[in-house]
Amino acid sequence: MRLAELVMAIAMAIFSIYLMWLSMELPIGWISGEGPGGGAWSFWLSLGMLLSCLWVIFTCIRGTNQFSDSEETYMDGHDLKLFAITAGSLTVMVGLLHIIGVYFSVPLFLIFYMRVMGSHSWRLTGSVAVTMPVTTFLFFEKALTITLPKGVQAVEELFYPFL
Amino acid sequence: MEILDLLLDGFGIALQPLNLGLIVLGCTVGLFIGAMPGLGSVNGVAILLPMTFLVPPASAIIFLAAIYYGAMYGGAISSIMLGIPGASTAVATTFDGRPMAMKGEADRALVAAATASFVGGTISVVLFTTIAPPLAELALAFGSPEITALMLLAFATFIGLGSDDIAKTFFSIFIGLVLGSVGMDIITGEPRLIFFDVSGFMGGINFLVLAIGIYGIGEMLWVIESSRGNVEVSQANVTVSRIFQNLKDLMSSWKTMVMGSVLGFVVGVLPAAGATPGSLMAYGIAKSTTKDPDSFGKGNVDGVVAPEAANNAASTGSMLPMLTLGIPGSPTTAILLGGMVIWGLEPGPMLFVNEKDFVWGLIASLYVANFFALLVNIVFIPAFIWVLKMPFTILAPIIFVLCVVGGYAPTQKLHDVWLMLGFGVVGFLMRKLNYPMAPAVLAIVLGPLAEPAMRQSLLISDGSFAIFFTRMINGMPIVGAITVTALILLSLPLIKYIKRAVGAGKPAG
Repeated sequence: MRLAELVMAIAMAIFSIYLMWLSMELPIGWISGEGPGGGAWSFWLSLGMLLSCLWVIFTCIRGTNQFSDSEETYMDGHDLKLFAITAGSLTVMVGLLHIIGVYFSVPLFLIFYMRVMGSHSWRLTGSVAVTMPVTTFLFFEKALTITLPKGVQAVEELFYPFL
Repeated sequence: MEILDLLLDGFGIALQPLNLGLIVLGCTVGLFIGAMPGLGSVNGVAILLPMTFLVPPASAIIFLAAIYYGAMYGGAISSIMLGIPGASTAVATTFDGRPMAMKGEADRALVAAATASFVGGTISVVLFTTIAPPLAELALAFGSPEITALMLLAFATFIGLGSDDIAKTFFSIFIGLVLGSVGMDIITGEPRLIFFDVSGFMGGINFLVLAIGIYGIGEMLWVIESSRGNVEVSQANVTVSRIFQNLKDLMSSWKTMVMGSVLGFVVGVLPAAGATPGSLMAYGIAKSTTKDPDSFGKGNVDGVVAPEAANNAASTGSMLPMLTLGIPGSPTTAILLGGMVIWGLEPGPMLFVNEKDFVWGLIASLYVANFFALLVNIVFIPAFIWVLKMPFTILAPIIFVLCVVGGYAPTQKLHDVWLMLGFGVVGFLMRKLNYPMAPAVLAIVLGPLAEPAMRQSLLISDGSFAIFFTRMINGMPIVGAITVTALILLSLPLIKYIKRAVGAGKPAG
C-alpha cells in the first residue's frame, strides 16, 4: 500500500502541474478593470492540489501517513482479475454504444456478466437481457422522449418503425 | 388572520378533484424519477413542463411542485438502495443511508428519509406561509461577497466529512472545484482547461457525470472487489408493524429533524445556495453536535434524517424568492419560473396581489403534496426493499446499465459516458487509498456558483479580501460572521492534523 500511496500521490501531483499549465493559457493575475484573470481560479486551485499531494508524499516518507508502514497488497491477483473483467466489460459496452447502440450492447453486456460472473441460467439471463432494454426504451424514448444512442446508421434505421 | 383566510381558500383550490389527482400523480412520477440514478427534480420538471399546458396555470404549477416534492423524496431511495445519489441534493444521504442498507436496515433508512422529508417539508411550508416576505427581503440583500462566504462555509464543513487525512480531503475539494471550472470561462467566455483539445470539454463537466461515475461505477467496483466477488446483499424484511416500529424509533431524532428543517429552509431561500449546501451543512452540524460522531458514515440514522429534512425544506425555501421576487433559488425553481412566464404570469411581489388564487393554491398544495409524497413513498418501500434481495450478479450489471443510460440522458453525449467510466475507475482506485470522494462531488456542484461570486466580490473591492469581513447589510456584518465561522471550522481540524503529522513523526526508513 505504501508504494501505491506514493505512486498515486506522484501521479496526481503531475496531473496538478498539467492543470496549472493548462490554466496559464488564460491570464492568472489581476487584470485592471476586469478582476482576476480567467485562469486564476483553476490555477490557484491546481496549486492547492499540488501542495496536498506533496503533503501526502511528505507524510508517507516521514512515516506519519496511515499507509507508511503498510505491508498490505494494494490489489492481489484475484482482485485484479475481478476488476479487469468488470471494468473491461464495461469499457467494451461503452465502446459498442458507438457502433451497435444501447439496445444491442446492453443485452450483450448483461448476458456476459450474468453468465460469466453469476453463472445464472440462460432463462433468467435471457429474460433480464430482454426486459432491461425494452423497459429502457419505453421509459426514456417513449415516456421521457430522451433519445438514446443507437449506433451506426444501419442499426439506427432498425428502430424507425418504433419511434 | 388574513393569511389563514387566504390559506383556507388555497386549500379549497388544492383539494379540487383535478388538482388533487395531479398532486398524487405528480408525487408518484416524481418519486420514480428521483429514484432513477442521474435523474432528479430538475430533469422531471423540465421534461414534463410541456405537458402542463393542457391544464390551467394553478393546476400546472401544483403538478410540477408535486413532481419536485416527489423527486426530493425519491433521491433518497437510490442513495440508500443503490448507493448512488439521484441528484446532488441527495449526496449527503448516501453517507449513512448506504451503510444502513448494507447492514440490513434499508427499511429503517427509507422510513427515516421519508419521515424526515415530511417533517422538513411541513416545517418549511409553515415557515414559508408565515415569515416569507421579510426573509425574502433579507435574502435579496445578499450580494456576491455573502454568497462567497456562504460557499466557504459549505467547503469548511467538507473537512469534517472527509477522511482523517485532511490533505486528501483538501485534494478532493480542489479537484472537484477545478473540474467544475472546465469549459468556458463564465466571465470572459474563453475556453478553459480543454484537455488534449477534446471538444467535448468545451461544454464543461456535468456534476452528474462525476457523481454517477463515483457513486455508481466506483461503488459497484468497490463492492465487487472488497467482497472478492461473493457479495452478500443485505437482507431487509419489511412489514407494517416494522414500519410503525421504525417510525416510533425516529422519535429520538426529532431534534435533528427540526435542525435540518430550519437550516434547510433558510439556506434554500438564499439565491444560488439551495438544497445541496443545505443538506450538507445539516449533515455536518448533526455530526459535530452528536455525542457519537464516529458512528457517522457507518450507518447513523441521524446522518439520513438531517440531510433529508434539510433538502426538502430547502426545496420549499427556494420557491420563496421565486414567487415573491422572481429570483429562482434553485435550478428546478428556475424552470418553474420559466413555466410561469409561459403561462402568462408575472413573478414578483405583485403576484401576491394580482394572482392570490394561484399563489395560495400553490402554497396549500405544498401541504397536501407533502402528505401524499410521504404516503406514496411508504407504500412503495416494499418494492424498493425487493431490489436489495436480488442476487448481486443481477443487480450489479443492471446498476451499471442504469449508470450508463443515466450518464448519457442529461446531456446526450457519449463523451460524458466515457468520462463517467473514467471517473468511476479512478475514483475507485483513489478510494482504496482513503481519498474521500464526497467532497469532490459536492465541490463540482458548488464551484460554478462560488467562482463568479468570488470574482465579482474581488472586482468590487479592487482585489481586497477585506470585503469578506467588513461589508455590512443593514448595519449588520453578516458576511464577516459567516467568513469567521467558516475559517474557525476550517482551521481547528487543520491545526490538529498538522500537529499530529509533524509532531508524531519518525525518521523515514
